[in-house]
Amino acid sequence: MAPAAIMDVTHPAPETAAITISGDVTAACEDDLMAAHERASDGGVKLVVLDFSGMNYMNSGGIGMLVTLLVRGQRRQQRIAAVGLTEHYRQIFELTRLDEAIALHDDTTSAIAAFAAQGG
Amino acid sequence: MVEHSDAVPRDAAYWAKYVERLEVSDPTEPHGYNLQGRRVAGPMNGFGRLWQRTYTADLGTEVSPESLVADWRAHFGQYWPRMGRFHGSISAIEPGDVTALTAGGVTSGILVLYADDTSFTFLTPEGHMFAAMITFSAAMDATGRTIAQIRMLLRCSDPLFESMWPLARRGEDVFWPGVLRNLAAAHGLPDVAVGEHTVCVDRRRLWANWTNVRHNAGIRTLTHTLSAPFRPHRTRTSVR
Repeated sequence: MAPAAIMDVTHPAPETAAITISGDVTAACEDDLMAAHERASDGGVKLVVLDFSGMNYMNSGGIGMLVTLLVRGQRRQQRIAAVGLTEHYRQIFELTRLDEAIALHDDTTSAIAAFAAQGG
Repeated sequence: MVEHSDAVPRDAAYWAKYVERLEVSDPTEPHGYNLQGRRVAGPMNGFGRLWQRTYTADLGTEVSPESLVADWRAHFGQYWPRMGRFHGSISAIEPGDVTALTAGGVTSGILVLYADDTSFTFLTPEGHMFAAMITFSAAMDATGRTIAQIRMLLRCSDPLFESMWPLARRGEDVFWPGVLRNLAAAHGLPDVAVGEHTVCVDRRRLWANWTNVRHNAGIRTLTHTLSAPFRPHRTRTSVR
């Protein structure tokens, strides 16, 4: 059985939450990701950064789960950003056109800076 | 900049390579006219409400998930009910395959986004009735029984197709259970029960995408059919 993904929630800046996702990202970790998003959304967060730098594996169920997370974030008027993607996973985001809805950045600092530059 | 490992990810062979625009895998296939040169359209690129629909069938203990999916990939179009046709002449459902299909009289297609030993996933192109991601999978449950599943995350692509959703939904509820029943029958289970579960993930319509109607495969199929007598006759030849 594949190891489960681990989700850690931090708040690196005001109105910003980061969810660090490590391990294997599949539909099996949907409940964990949605729970992490609930924790991340406490206190009127406007930017949620998904940090994939610890991700080892993702299947198509993982992409479906991100679509669901995106919808939940949009319902709360949140922007969703993804950081720490390798070139392989970046191309998957581009192929599925998820990059049109989830902003891709190198790291959390640049995601926060870009969000602030857009008027946060 | 963060540093990332250059090692090849475990899933690298399962994913389609990035393409800006689709090219039909079989260049001699005459049904690719609503597919060639299109972009893919995932669930966030459609117009209508976002639905997650799941169909499941219990295929017992005689076939393993891996064997079932291998057979499903090899004979995918053969398990389709008569109301649809999968024009995959060279495809065994490999990542990156682009294949035309006709369903409900509308010709469109799919990209094989992902395929591994126990699942494979399609993305639809612009103009398809649904902006969708559809995953076909098999897994063993806690009692050792193999459960076949079709799960789709979909929005109707444009306002025209959205207006047809009640009808399309009923069609889906005939078509996909038909696929699972045909699959089960091929594995010695002629009267399998198919479960269905639908969740509305997003009730909003994405009005910014109403212009998708310009790609509408229904309109384009009709135009293609009506203009057939006025097009130069095309002979199907092999490409070397």
